[in-house]
Amino acid sequence: MYNASKIIPGLLIFLGLVTFPFWSNLGRAAYEAPELVMPESEEECVESGEWMRANHMMLLDDWRDLAVRDNVRLYSNEMDKRFDMSLTKTCLSSQCHANKADFCDRCHDTMAIVPHCWDCHVVPSIGEE
Amino acid sequence: MALNRRTFLKAAGLTTLAGVAGHAAMEFLAPGELEAALSSQVGAFPEALTAQRWAMLIDTEKFTTMQMYQRCIDACHVLHNVPDIPGDQEIKWIWTDSFKHTFPDQQHGLLPERIKHQPFLLLCNHCDNPPCVRVCPTKATFQRDDGIVMMDMHRCIGCRYCMAGCPYGARSFNFWDPRPHINEIDPYYPTRMKGVVEKCTFCEDRLAKGQIPACVEVSEGALIFGDLENQDSEVRRVLRERYSLRRKPSLGTNPHVFYLI
Amino acid sequence: MLEKALQGNKAYWGWIFTLLVLIGIGFGFYVYQLQHGLGITGMNRDVSWGLYIGQLTYMVGIAASAVMLVLPYYLHNHKAFGKLVIFGEFLAVSAVIVCLLFVVVDLGQPQRLMNVILYPTPNSVLFWDMVVLNGYLFLNIVIGWSVLHAVKKGTRPASWVKVLIYVSIPWAVSIHTVTAFLYAGLPGRYFWHDSLLAASFLSGAFAAGPALLLLILMVVQKVSDLKIPKEAIQTMTKIITYAWAINLFMVLLKIFSAFYSQYPSKMAGFQYLFGGAGGEYMQLMPWMWNFVFLGVVSLALLVIPSTRNNPITMTIALVMVFVAGWIDKGLSLVIGGFIPNPFKVHTEYWFTIPEFFITVGVYAVGLLILTILYKVALGVQREVAT
Repeated sequence: MYNASKIIPGLLIFLGLVTFPFWSNLGRAAYEAPELVMPESEEECVESGEWMRANHMMLLDDWRDLAVRDNVRLYSNEMDKRFDMSLTKTCLSSQCHANKADFCDRCHDTMAIVPHCWDCHVVPSIGEE
Repeated sequence: MALNRRTFLKAAGLTTLAGVAGHAAMEFLAPGELEAALSSQVGAFPEALTAQRWAMLIDTEKFTTMQMYQRCIDACHVLHNVPDIPGDQEIKWIWTDSFKHTFPDQQHGLLPERIKHQPFLLLCNHCDNPPCVRVCPTKATFQRDDGIVMMDMHRCIGCRYCMAGCPYGARSFNFWDPRPHINEIDPYYPTRMKGVVEKCTFCEDRLAKGQIPACVEVSEGALIFGDLENQDSEVRRVLRERYSLRRKPSLGTNPHVFYLI
Repeated sequence: MLEKALQGNKAYWGWIFTLLVLIGIGFGFYVYQLQHGLGITGMNRDVSWGLYIGQLTYMVGIAASAVMLVLPYYLHNHKAFGKLVIFGEFLAVSAVIVCLLFVVVDLGQPQRLMNVILYPTPNSVLFWDMVVLNGYLFLNIVIGWSVLHAVKKGTRPASWVKVLIYVSIPWAVSIHTVTAFLYAGLPGRYFWHDSLLAASFLSGAFAAGPALLLLILMVVQKVSDLKIPKEAIQTMTKIITYAWAINLFMVLLKIFSAFYSQYPSKMAGFQYLFGGAGGEYMQLMPWMWNFVFLGVVSLALLVIPSTRNNPITMTIALVMVFVAGWIDKGLSLVIGGFIPNPFKVHTEYWFTIPEFFITVGVYAVGLLILTILYKVALGVQREVAT
């Protein structure tokens, strides 16, 4: 092959960089789901916990578009329980996940997820994020 | 295998195009499952205020003290987390200015003293034919069926074309992060972030819950808000009885804020 | 062919290095702008577009002016332009890239840029501006590269390239027309709202663009073995003369329409720019009167055949045209549209240091792309000549 003396080392460096996450974490503990502080009074969320864990981001996106763009703000879940489609007023209300740090941030921080919603939306319990 | 570079690039390009087109077609023809499931489960609050066409009347004779103006401005700006930024990069949803600046084409030197020196309230006029909506490249600002010209802060790219398009100077841009400039954050309404345009929304979030706009609520009857299409509404009744002015009507924007002189 | 841009003398690499430094500084200031917001610029609630959008407007005109070489050569077989058309097309490529970059640095939320494509809005002129600018970029890259490659191989370009060339001619007119439509369709901005705006944009562009191209080519002539045919220079300067005369004439038309009718809103823009609104707001006044001086003197130099053909006076005239065109479109047009504001109050604007360096950085990117493309074209032409 032409330029083998440049290409082979280049390929090896590339492979090293691409597999960096794997070999740099050898010997460290496996990922453990963080412990979440559940709300004290409310038992049921907008939808089931399993479903929310997988889909809460899309639910919030849909709520956002429906509330802002279509002026539709009342959500009825499968059990016919009604909710105001608002992150701040429903999800972060005092009976539910009022403490963002003990609930939302636990998983988000370990997964290095930074939702940019907080640039604008305010956490009621703290007053500002 | 005798594959030359040109043929390879052509094949790669076509494959990419097919992949993108296929994905777009899937998105178009079979929208996400969540949207399909949600459509039967959403609606408006039963107590929501609705109208065919919202309009606001500003009764300039009823504004007798400076505090009355300030009360309306504060009700709006505090509720909606409008920052208090000094200087020419300010943000304001509702403010006061003189007759000369509110109606620049109507004024002359021999007006009655009261009108010449009295402040007038200015805000977005929620026009029927809004130039700002026409020019927005992403529909971040759009017109609702009930006439309200809305802002979708999530979509705005901050191009400020709407600010250039508005003939009334009703729009403000977040040149900075607004949070440090908000005296008291109301947690039940979002703030904005730097880089988006904002303006009065006729309190559409309050209307959805059955409440009249904040400025109207504290105005002690000086501001009248209602459905222009409803013959029996207060706004129609008052417009029949009192002379009213609108700002720059010759521009064809059809503004829906009326000033009762 | 790109490898030709990697071969150069010390002066060439010194130039490249300078450009990279300027780009680095501009980028640093841009990061600062991203972190703090557009408040670091001089823009305000009343003058919500400033230096960035002014540069966009001027550079769209420069990009469109490539058609002034393409049209005579491809439609009218003006052989003198043979070796020069590629440089016009490559100038168009770098000018359009500069335009698009100025849009990006002006946005408040640049990471949401794709929203213009994800949520297409045909009623918005800005949407169409994006379409025509990107289309023109694509056209000129493909045409320029294919033709250059054909020259290198010693053959004619493929027949589909001819189709693209013919499309690029009205397309060039369209990019500047659509950019003018950004301004000319706004009911509340009296300084911009006139049917003549697109025509004045085009005439100004067809003077300033070829002027810039000719000036750049004269620099290229000094550092390479390119020889601009005398006939080409004469044709280009004649085009510039006519276009510049029409542009200045249109300024007079606008002034007549405003002042003979005594229509206050129409007069207000000129009263601010040329008169400082009664002496109180003088920021742009010196620039405007310089524009008048430069415009008139350059027109005289261009109209008189002896000064038009004399290399020294011609060069002076070309520089004057370019600078006057910049004052007209890159500075006063955008700012003048916002002053006085909808309340008839004058809020002035001037750019800040970060804004200046970001602008310089974007221009340096354009110059870098121009340098690379020109080096490739020169390399191919030299290779074919031997």
